[in-house]
Amino acid sequence: MATTVIPFGPQHPVLPEPVHLTLKVEDEIVKEAIPALGYVHRGLEKLAEIRDYHQMIQVCERVCGICSMIHAVCYSQAIEELMEVEVPKRAEMLRVIWSELHRTHSHLLWLGLFADAFGFESLFMQFWKVRERIMDINEATTGSRVIVSVNVIGGVRADLSPEQIRWILGEIDIVEKEVRALQDTIMNDYTVKARTVGVGVLSKENAYLLGAAGPTLRGSGVAQDMRMLGYGGYSELDFEPVVETSGDCWARSTVRFRETLQSIDLVRQAIAKLPEGELAAKVKGNPPEGEVYMRVEQPRGECVYYIKGNGTKHLDRLRIRTPTFANIPPLLAMLPGCELADVPVIVLAIDPCISCTER
Amino acid sequence: MLFTPTVIKNLLKKPATRLYPFTVREPFPNYRGELYIDIDACIFCGTCARKCPSQCIEVDKEQGLWSCDPHACVYCGICRDTCPTKCLHMKDVHRKPMTERIMMVEKGEPPKPKKKAAEAAPKAEAEPKADDADKGESKKADAKKK
Repeated sequence: MATTVIPFGPQHPVLPEPVHLTLKVEDEIVKEAIPALGYVHRGLEKLAEIRDYHQMIQVCERVCGICSMIHAVCYSQAIEELMEVEVPKRAEMLRVIWSELHRTHSHLLWLGLFADAFGFESLFMQFWKVRERIMDINEATTGSRVIVSVNVIGGVRADLSPEQIRWILGEIDIVEKEVRALQDTIMNDYTVKARTVGVGVLSKENAYLLGAAGPTLRGSGVAQDMRMLGYGGYSELDFEPVVETSGDCWARSTVRFRETLQSIDLVRQAIAKLPEGELAAKVKGNPPEGEVYMRVEQPRGECVYYIKGNGTKHLDRLRIRTPTFANIPPLLAMLPGCELADVPVIVLAIDPCISCTER
Repeated sequence: MLFTPTVIKNLLKKPATRLYPFTVREPFPNYRGELYIDIDACIFCGTCARKCPSQCIEVDKEQGLWSCDPHACVYCGICRDTCPTKCLHMKDVHRKPMTERIMMVEKGEPPKPKKKAAEAAPKAEAEPKADDADKGESKKADAKKK
């Protein structure tokens, strides 16, 4: 049979960000996919040479447009480890609260986009409607909807008042109720299952060997969650990685759905265990010579920051490895054998964040 | 079929969205919106310019000029938090879209050198009073084209 080459992207209705896939198809079946990246490279890592290590927090927040808080937490933790700064317990717990709120709104955003990818527009609107409450919490407590900018080296620079905590608890109760109302639709609806079950299967062995991260890995049955390392305030919280075993798009969406509920629970736990105390430790001097390797769990998976200090206020090297970068090889293993119409669903199932990947 | 209860609920409820330009949501008090400066309280120390992550603020101590590129500002609020005299503030609404590229430039009274302050004291007292009347008007007019 003759092979046809179909370009997918960089501009495609289903993709929020530009990535190009060259699809080699025979009839309607994809035989090979070749990716091309590099449309939104911004050179953020290089900025570490001209911005001092405090200013780099704001740069790191802008690596990703969705999970700004977790990037900033990862960078701050790396610098704090290098400078041996002890972060106050209250600041650690506040970081957990905002991180989990970010995970909740990122997953809700993805669930909406995923529903949109297989043509379920009204489900997309329902998820985004629920998400607005989380965005309001972010805006009211930090001053901005997405780029919250509350991290400083040594802690945080915003606090939650008792009134705000009561309001947040009320709001996340409503969010949980509204999310649960959509549970049956995203997990059991006939039309949703027809587009997701058995599509883009990634076996447990392949997921591990190809270095998948986050929900893509957990959807294939590997219980790996960087939060289990117990960084920050996570060591005091009670939770387990969410795992599904079927390894298809349904499993990945179910992992994200259950993680949304888990994150809401973690916000409650963190608020219950929020200690009194200072917000930020005092930081003096510059990062000394040395290297630090920091791993945190982003909504999309494991995010890695490598930092090399040289004793001045600038860093020698800042290297960021984002989860989407790790999830591209598994994506290329999922695509061969699928139908052309399923490509958007499979590509979206890894939750691609291209501006993260290219930085 | 499993989505039907949600559809029925949505039919019976009022719309989830606002008619935006006509109905505007109350802003949250802590929102980091448009940045502005109370130039009379500014001592031109330059802390904001040094701390700014996007390097959008410039301070000229000798001429008493404070300028900010609102298109480069990332609204992080670090300048406001680190200002020693707390003369920087942020409105609780975002900046409206602009059709022209502008530069915020504010002119204030530059601080006097300490040693000469005692000698020039009689003159210095007379000058600021005359300037004060102009300052209020000049603030709006200071938005110059770049």
